[in-house]
Amino acid sequence: MEFAELIKTPRVDGVVLHRPFMPTVEGTLCLTGHHLILSSRQDNTEELWLLHSNIDSIEKRFVGSLGSIIVKCKDLRVIQLDIPGMEECLNIASSIEALSTLDSVSLMYPFFYRPMFEVIEDGWNSFLPEDAFKDLESMTDEWRLSEVNKDFSVCPSYPALVAVPKDVNDDTLRKVATFRHSGRFPILSYYHKKNGMVMMRAGQPLTGTNGRRCKEDEKLINATLRPGKRGYIIDTRTINVAQQAKARGGGFESEANYPQWRRIHKAIERANILQESLIKLVEACNDQSHSMDRWLSKLEASNWQTHVKEILTTACLAAQCIDREGASVLVHGTDGTDSTLQVTSLAQIILDPACRTIRGFQSLVEREWLQAGHPFQQRCAQSAYSNSKPRQEAPVFLLFLDCVWQILRQFPCSFEFSESLLVLLFEHAYASQFGTFLGNSAAERTKLSLPEKTVSLWSWVNRPQELERLTNPLYEANSLVIWPSVAPQSLLLWEGVFLRWNRSSKCLDEAYEEMVHIIEYNKELQNKVNSLRRQLAQLETEDPLLKTS
Amino acid sequence: GTLYLTATHLIFVESSSNNSTSILHHHIASVEKLSLTTTGCPLVIQCRNFRVVHFVIQRERDCHDVYSSLLRLRQPVSYEELYAFSYNPKQNDQQREEGWQLIDLGAEFERMGVPCDQWQLTDVNRDYKVCETYPRDLYVPITASKPIIVGSSKFRSKGRFPVLTYFYQEKKAAVCRCSQPLSGFSARCLEDESMLQAISKANHNSRFVYVMDTRPKLNALANRAAGKGYENEDNYSNIRFQFVGIENIHVMRTSLQKLLEVTGTRSLSMSDYLVGLESSGWLRHIKAIVDAAIFLTKAVTGEGASVLVHCSDGWDRTAQVCSLGSLLMDPYYRTIKGFMVLIEKDWISFGHKFADRCDQLDGDPKEVSPIFTQFLECVWQLTEQFPQSFEFSEWFLLQIHEHVHSCQYGNFLGNNQRQREELQLRDRTHSLWAFLMSEKQNYLNPFYSPAFSELHPVLEPSTLPYHFKFWRNMYHQFDRSMHPRQSILKTILTLRENSRNGESMLQALENVSALTELQQLGVTPVATSEPPAPPPTRDQRSNDGQEEVGEEAIEGTDTERTVEGSSATESRKQRYGELEGTYNSELAKEEPAVVSLEFGVARMTC
Repeated sequence: MEFAELIKTPRVDGVVLHRPFMPTVEGTLCLTGHHLILSSRQDNTEELWLLHSNIDSIEKRFVGSLGSIIVKCKDLRVIQLDIPGMEECLNIASSIEALSTLDSVSLMYPFFYRPMFEVIEDGWNSFLPEDAFKDLESMTDEWRLSEVNKDFSVCPSYPALVAVPKDVNDDTLRKVATFRHSGRFPILSYYHKKNGMVMMRAGQPLTGTNGRRCKEDEKLINATLRPGKRGYIIDTRTINVAQQAKARGGGFESEANYPQWRRIHKAIERANILQESLIKLVEACNDQSHSMDRWLSKLEASNWQTHVKEILTTACLAAQCIDREGASVLVHGTDGTDSTLQVTSLAQIILDPACRTIRGFQSLVEREWLQAGHPFQQRCAQSAYSNSKPRQEAPVFLLFLDCVWQILRQFPCSFEFSESLLVLLFEHAYASQFGTFLGNSAAERTKLSLPEKTVSLWSWVNRPQELERLTNPLYEANSLVIWPSVAPQSLLLWEGVFLRWNRSSKCLDEAYEEMVHIIEYNKELQNKVNSLRRQLAQLETEDPLLKTS
Repeated sequence: GTLYLTATHLIFVESSSNNSTSILHHHIASVEKLSLTTTGCPLVIQCRNFRVVHFVIQRERDCHDVYSSLLRLRQPVSYEELYAFSYNPKQNDQQREEGWQLIDLGAEFERMGVPCDQWQLTDVNRDYKVCETYPRDLYVPITASKPIIVGSSKFRSKGRFPVLTYFYQEKKAAVCRCSQPLSGFSARCLEDESMLQAISKANHNSRFVYVMDTRPKLNALANRAAGKGYENEDNYSNIRFQFVGIENIHVMRTSLQKLLEVTGTRSLSMSDYLVGLESSGWLRHIKAIVDAAIFLTKAVTGEGASVLVHCSDGWDRTAQVCSLGSLLMDPYYRTIKGFMVLIEKDWISFGHKFADRCDQLDGDPKEVSPIFTQFLECVWQLTEQFPQSFEFSEWFLLQIHEHVHSCQYGNFLGNNQRQREELQLRDRTHSLWAFLMSEKQNYLNPFYSPAFSELHPVLEPSTLPYHFKFWRNMYHQFDRSMHPRQSILKTILTLRENSRNGESMLQALENVSALTELQQLGVTPVATSEPPAPPPTRDQRSNDGQEEVGEEAIEGTDTERTVEGSSATESRKQRYGELEGTYNSELAKEEPAVVSLEFGVARMTC
C-alpha cells in the first residue's frame, strides 16, 4: 500500500493553528505518510510536527466555507486547525483519519524512521535478561536462567529467558505452564538483597470450579520458601472476582493445597474500567466551566485517584511483606500482564534504590513491562479521546507512571530522574518514532525484527544531552526503602500530564530553572572551595618555612 | 508518658524517649472526654492550629480533673489572662518599643502616594467618636467635608463610612472600604451619596465607581428587611453595583468544620475524601474570595476605576477582598515586610474582630470563624501559581497563623484599635512582627525573584477550579506521615545556606592562599613580624583562616559582604539552633513542611 493513496490533499496554504496558551500560527499544512506538519515558513517560529499515530480522534466544524479540524492527541493535547475551503478541509480530515488508524504494525513510523543522532549505545542490547541474571548470580545461587521458552512455545507472552528456582527443571516448568493462565508460570521478578526474599509473578492458577491442583506448581513456588517460613500470595483481584474467575477456568490458590502461603486479595480494577476512568478524568480536566463543585465531583466520579491509591497500597503491601515480614511474595491477577506488573514494578521502586536511577528505571520498564509481556500495542492503541468502543485499550502503564510520580513527589531527592522521564515514557508508549513500545510481547518483537528494523527509545534517551534534560537536579542517592504515604490527602492529581495543556506552566518552569540554578551554583562553589583547599595543602607541604613554623 | 499542666502550656513528656510535646492552652479549640475503655479514659484535644492529640489517662478521676482544668484554662475570661501579658522574650523596654514601631501605617500610605492632591488625612476619628472600630487615622477624598463624613457614617452599619485602604498610584484609582448602607427598602442619605460622589471625583480616569457588595445577593436582600441593605444605583450617580457572592462567617465556620471532619477520618477512602472536599464547600469559598479579589484588581489596574468594597459590617469579607486585591496589585505586599504591613492595615487597624473570630476569650461561639485563615490560604494558593512572586515561603504563613491563635504576642488581641489602646498592648506585650523579622531568614522563599515582580507587578491568577488545592501543610501540619518525606523547600534552603557558607569559605581560602604565596616569596612584612603559624591539622587550619579573614573583610571593601561573610555565620548558626529550640519546646511546633526522613517509622495504611 502506498501512503500517497490515502493523502487526498497533501498541501494547503493559509491554515491557522490554535493551541492553548500559545500564539496562533498561520502557515502551510502538509501531510506526509506519518506526519502532519504545519510550517509558517518563517525562521524563528515554531513549527508543528505531529505524528499521525499520536492522533486519537478528530472533529470537523464548518462556518461557511471555513472548516476547522479539532485534533485530539493521545498525549492529551487538543489543537485546532482552521482550513480555508470546504473540500480541502474534508480531504485533510479523512486523510488524517485514515493515516492515524493504520492497522498494520509494519506500516508504523518506527519502521521508516532514521535517526538524526549518532547511536552511541544500541538500546536494544542495553537491558538483556542474561545481563540482569548476572547481577542476580552475584547475590545468590538459588536461581537459574531457563531456556524453556526459547521459542516462545511454553508461554507466548514471556521472554525467551526467564529466572526460575534452581531445583525446578524445565519439564516441571512446562507442566506448571499448563496450570497457569496463558502459560504464565511463576518466575522471578525481584530479589531483595537485604534479606534474600523474592517476589515472583505469574498468571492465575487454572483451578476451575472443581478445584484442579498441580503438584508441580506447588513444588515450584514452595521451592522459594525458607524452611519453616510462610509466604504471601497477593491476588490483585477481590475475592469475589477471583471466585467468579473459577467459572471461566481460572481461580486462586486454595489454603488446602498451598498451606505455606497466606493469600491476600486486593482490588485493582480491570482494564476496561481503567480506560473509562481515564476518559472521565480527561473530560473533567478539559471542562473549562468555573464551578468548583463540578470539578471535584467529576474528579471523584472518574475514580482515577482511587485507582492510584489502590495500586500504590497494593505495591506497599507487597514491599512490606518482603522487607518487613521477611517473606517471599507471589503476585498475580488474572493474566498477570497488567495489575500484576503495576504491583511488582512499584514494589521494586519502593524497595530497590537501583530502580530509582535513570538507567535502573529503564531497566525496570524493560524487565517488568516490555519483557514481562504487557500488551503495549493493544493497551495504548487509543487514549482518552477515542470515539470508538474500547477493545483492549487501558491506561495500565500510565497508572504505573502516575504512581511513580506520586512517590517521586513524596521523595523528591531520591530519584535520579525527574518527572520529564515519566512524561516522556507516557508519550512514547502511545506514539513514537522508536520501536520500543511496538508489539505486545517479546515474541512479537522478535517476529517483527524490531531490533534490526527500528531504533530503540533507550538509544535516544541514553545520550548525554537527553540524560541531562531528564536528570533530577535534587538527586542524592538514597539506599533506603522509601515508604510513600497513601492517604488521599497525600496523593495529588498528576498535573504534568493531565493539566499539561490546560494551564500555562511558564511561572512554574521559571521557578524550576531558578532551582536548578541554585543547585548548580552551590555545586560550583563547593568545587572551587575543595580545589582551593587542595592547592593550599599542597602549597604548605611545598613550603619548608611554613612547615617548620 | 507524663502529662504536665502549667499556667500556659500542656506538656506531655514521653517516658521512653524524653520527647516532649507542648501545647499552648490558647491553641486548644476543644477538649473531649470519650467513654471509658479498658486501658483508661481517652481525652481528645483539638487545636486551632489543626493539631489533634489523643491521650489515654488511666484513672477516670484524673482524666476528669485534667478535662475540667483544660476547659477552664483554654478560655480565659479576661484579656489579662492571655499569654501575651506574661510572655517575656528577655527584651528591654526599648527593644519592645522598637518592635512595635516596625510597622508604620502612616508611612505606608505615604508609600502609596497619599496624602495627595485628591486624598487627605482626616482627623474626624481622632477620638474614635465617629467610628469606634476604625483606626484614628483615616484617608478620605479632599472634597469630603466633615459633615459629609459624619452624615455618611450615620447611614452606614456600625458607622463604618467609606475610607481609602489602597491607592493605585499609577492610575490614581482608589480601593475604598465601608460597611453596608442602612438603606432598608427606600432610605437615602444625601451625605452618603456625596461621599461616593467625592470618591468618584477623586479619580479622573474613570467616570464611575464600582461598588462591590461581597455578599450573595440573597443575603443583601434579606438585610433590607432589617433596615440595612445595599446601594440603589438610581440614588447614586456614577456607580456600578456588583454582587460577588462570598458567604458569611457562619457558612465559613461550618464549612471548615466539615472539612476537618472529613480529613480527620481514619483510613479515609479517596472517594470519601473528594466527596467530602466538595460537600464541605471549602475550596469553593476560597475560589470565591480569589475571584472577588481578581474582579477588584481588574477594575483598578485595568480600567483605572476606583472601587468601594463592602459586605455587612465591612470587617470580614471586605478585609479579605481588599487585602487580597492589594496583594495582587502591589508587589510590595508580596514581600515579608509588606505582608506584615498589609495585615496590619486591612485586618488589624480596620477592625477585623480577631478576639471574636479566633475565640480569644470565652465568647459567643457563633462569632468564631476562620476568615483570616481563609485569607492566608488564598495567599498560599497564589504562591502555588506564582512561586517566584513572593519573598516569603509557606512557613511564614503558617507561623502567622500559629500566632494569630497563640495569643503570645499583642498584635492580634482584641477586636479593634481602640480596645488595643485601652489594653495598653504596646506597653504590656510584644509585637509578633519584630519576632518574625528577627528570624526573617527562615521564612524566605528561595525562588523569589524581584525581577519577576518588576516584570509582572500585577498578578493575574487563573481561577479554574483545578488550580485550587487542599492545603495539606496547613490542615495536617502535625500529621507527619502525610507529608513528603523530603522537602524541596528545605533542601533548597539548605543549599542556599551552603552556598553562602561556601562563598565566605572561598573568600577566606583565597585570602589565605594569597597570603601563603606571599610568604613563599618572602615579601610580606606581616609574615616576619607576626607569622600566622598554620596549625598542624588541616581542619583547624581552615577554621583559623576563616576567622582571620572574616576580620580582615570587615576592614576591607564593602560592609554588606561581612554580614553575609564568615564572621556572621556562627551567630546565624546559633540563631538557627535557638529557633529549633523554640519550635520544638516553646511553641510546640515542628517546622511544618519539613519532615525529616524517617524510614524507620513507615506508616502504612495497607
